[in-house]
Amino acid sequence: MAAIAIIFGYIETLLPIFTGIPGIKLGLANLVTVFMLYVFTWKEAAVIATIRILVIGFLFGSLFSILFSLAGGYLSLMVMVWMKKVPGLSVIGVSIAGGVFHNIGQILVAALVVENIKLFYYVPVLLVAGLVTGLLIGIVGQMLIRRLKPLL
Amino acid sequence: MKKKDLILIGIILLAAAACWAGFRMFGDQKGNMLVITVDGEVYGTYDLSVDQEIVIGSTNRCEIKDGVVRMTEADCPDQLCRKQKSIDASGGTIVCLPNKVVLEISQDGKDAQADTIAQ
Repeated sequence: MAAIAIIFGYIETLLPIFTGIPGIKLGLANLVTVFMLYVFTWKEAAVIATIRILVIGFLFGSLFSILFSLAGGYLSLMVMVWMKKVPGLSVIGVSIAGGVFHNIGQILVAALVVENIKLFYYVPVLLVAGLVTGLLIGIVGQMLIRRLKPLL
Repeated sequence: MKKKDLILIGIILLAAAACWAGFRMFGDQKGNMLVITVDGEVYGTYDLSVDQEIVIGSTNRCEIKDGVVRMTEADCPDQLCRKQKSIDASGGTIVCLPNKVVLEISQDGKDAQADTIAQ
């Protein structure tokens, strides 16, 4: 699973930024996190996410990108664990919450790093971006979970 | 997709709209000066009406041309700051995170530190 997550992350670095807005990407690797969360437990999901972030960071990024990814990844995972307990939310809703809070975690770290509160101007953009990517990941995730869970 | 998913989507969109409206009201600062901040400290203040190229430390380079500010060079691997939207007198911010460089618009050299998180 870690390998798949790392490969997804790599594929993503090759894809052109499809939104035209810098810093926003699909979060393909988060698909693995969502999947792990539903098929296994949050602990497995957290371990896989950590391995993925560290490997991707060392291979293609920098210390900063690791810091951002960890902040976003963990906040997103925490929120998803919590949202999963809410009755009536499907994988899609949980994934959307994860996507949104992934971005919020990153902007928080970013604002702390540059010590500039003006970064919060990006928040509306990031909220909507997290919503859209979370929605896409949620839809694909739901299909994957339905098909693969009976096999595991 | 269930009903609660849709409610969640609605809440997020509302929050985004509220943030956007809030920032619109209190406003991006308009101004005629470019303030460059490095690592939370003001590096320099430059007149937007003067075309110039500014070297920021050993890491970045930006230019003012026809009142429009762009980051032209950065030594970081992601190069996100160079892809950010250029800013002009109507306000805005360009950020280079790895080098902690912030370009923002200000009025008449008003101290940009007032907008910066207190240490």
